[in-house]
Amino acid sequence: MKSSDAVSDQFPAGLRVLVVDDDPTCLMILEKMLRTCLYEVTKCNRAETALSLLRESKNGFDIVISDVHMPDMDGFKLLELIGLEMDLPVIMMSADDGKSVVMKGVTHGACDYLIKPVRIEALKNIWQHVVRKRKNEWKDTEQSGSAEEGDRQPKASDEADYSSSANEGSWRNSKKRRDEEDEAEERDDTSTLKKPRVVWSVELHQQFVAAVDQLGIDKAVPKKILELMNVPGLTRENVASHLQKYRLYLRRLNGVSQHQNNMNNSFLGPQEGTFGTISSINGIDLQTLAVAGQLPAQSLATLQAAGLGRSTAKAGVPMPIMDQRNLFSFENPRLRFGEGQQQHLSSSKPVNLLHGIPTNMEPKQLANLHHITTKGSFQDEVTSGIKGSGGFPSYDIFNELHHHKSHHDWDITNPGLTYNASQHANPLQEGLQQDNLQNAGQHLNPLLVDNSIRVKAERIPDASSQTNLFPEHYGQEDLMSALLKQQEGMGPAENEFEFDGYSLDNIPV
Amino acid sequence: MEVDQMQRQCLDYTKSLFLEGFLDGQFVQLQQLQDENNPDFVVEVVSLFFEDSERLLNDLTFALDQKSIDFKKVDAHVHQLKGSSSSIGAQRVKNCCIAFRNFCEEQNIDACLSCLQQVKQEYCHVKNKLETLIRLEQQIVAAGGSIPTMEF
Repeated sequence: MKSSDAVSDQFPAGLRVLVVDDDPTCLMILEKMLRTCLYEVTKCNRAETALSLLRESKNGFDIVISDVHMPDMDGFKLLELIGLEMDLPVIMMSADDGKSVVMKGVTHGACDYLIKPVRIEALKNIWQHVVRKRKNEWKDTEQSGSAEEGDRQPKASDEADYSSSANEGSWRNSKKRRDEEDEAEERDDTSTLKKPRVVWSVELHQQFVAAVDQLGIDKAVPKKILELMNVPGLTRENVASHLQKYRLYLRRLNGVSQHQNNMNNSFLGPQEGTFGTISSINGIDLQTLAVAGQLPAQSLATLQAAGLGRSTAKAGVPMPIMDQRNLFSFENPRLRFGEGQQQHLSSSKPVNLLHGIPTNMEPKQLANLHHITTKGSFQDEVTSGIKGSGGFPSYDIFNELHHHKSHHDWDITNPGLTYNASQHANPLQEGLQQDNLQNAGQHLNPLLVDNSIRVKAERIPDASSQTNLFPEHYGQEDLMSALLKQQEGMGPAENEFEFDGYSLDNIPV
Repeated sequence: MEVDQMQRQCLDYTKSLFLEGFLDGQFVQLQQLQDENNPDFVVEVVSLFFEDSERLLNDLTFALDQKSIDFKKVDAHVHQLKGSSSSIGAQRVKNCCIAFRNFCEEQNIDACLSCLQQVKQEYCHVKNKLETLIRLEQQIVAAGGSIPTMEF
């Protein structure tokens, strides 16, 4: 697909940014800076305006940058609403660099926090949030996919060709990219992947709740719930992650403080904050909002279901091993994009989504990141924002990789390894030994959760329902870089902990 | 005056502004954003800053003039002034705002009033400087030359 190729070459040019700031001077400067980065910029000076713009054109934007202090609405509130309704990555910014404000950004799910005055360098790399988010969402879906690759419905990827023969468009894209290894570094169009997501529709959620009720909340384990629900294509992982959110939601309803949950559940870690946000949206606040008529036409239940469903993508998943401590060990430099990455620039194959990861290592590690059994999941709304026409290639790398690994339980997909993929994922295959997988899987988990913090894996108390998704909104830094670093120091840590996590369930041993 | 003379003068003037702390690196960012497509970018932004700041300063004066001062409001205004001044690189104004905010937190009326005076002064200074700079630059352009850029 020529156009696809052309578009993918341009990325991140054309990224559609909505910037919200009540300060006209800042707004003007930001707009100019973003334009200089070749992004498509829409600016507005009021949160309400921003919301209506976003609502009017649901897939019209890829990312939002918003000031914290605004007269008509608190920036964090806007952040919450955007996360709930549109699930777009949101970057907060402020002249305020106090730790608590920055923390608030993190807990509310902002994917980054910029301190004013914003320099153009800080804006150059915001595209990574878009990509990361999509990757996480996709991974989320992937993990929840059933074991059958073929399950994937065509709708899953409008732009990718699922047929087992070479995916024309995607193939060529990826091939082309592989060919241009050196240039491909920043031109990964993973961000445009349309990934099937498990969207917890009202009915699905009701089925889920019914199953849980039947089992009794204490006895409701993902496996049993899954059995009771008996929904084709739904996986234990989907259920597990949904269950987790549901539990949080219930706790909130019962008045347990969010903060307490944070402290009590190490595996929830800072995720709780986000969940809390989502929960509150799902629970009480939603109701309030609904009553206040602020919620768009959706029913509370739907919103709740959607909110729960989306929160996975948005919030990543509770990081099993990240505990509260680590949240506070965020270092500021890490919070800045672009800064940390450069250091990790390594040699070899530069076809990385995120710079500098030696691809030799990547396939295994990154493949494991996904832990994906299959795709065969619900495609519902493909993540918004990036459509082929929108200036982004819609090529689905994952799908493509999919084909070549059909015999595996895994989907060794990796946005960064497009060129690997094209080689029939050979490098991936070679690297994938069962034990490697297992180990990689094991020690991948901390890597997954550890964006900027070198967290050594810790035993998770309640690992059975752990999902293993990226704590996406931890993406204060380049996850891959962190991953890489972890890899380097990982050796003995591999077996430091055991995971009951379902992520390991999918590892063929 | 010859164009190159004007350019030298302009450059010297700009340098002095940096040396004296009126402007900081952020201003350079602005200058770098200016290009053939947006030849007036700096002027536009600076004008916007003037407008906005004057409004904020008025609001501040008003707010501090009240019998019962709403410090949150005062702080909000100062915060905004801090943001906009830092965005264009008006360093001294920004620094004043930082101090100002501290006093707001302490709810120290006298200190706040004094800060307000200071911030107004600094604003006037930088406004004059910037207007002078812009004039110099415009003269250069009118004479067919290009605005000299500083390496910062």
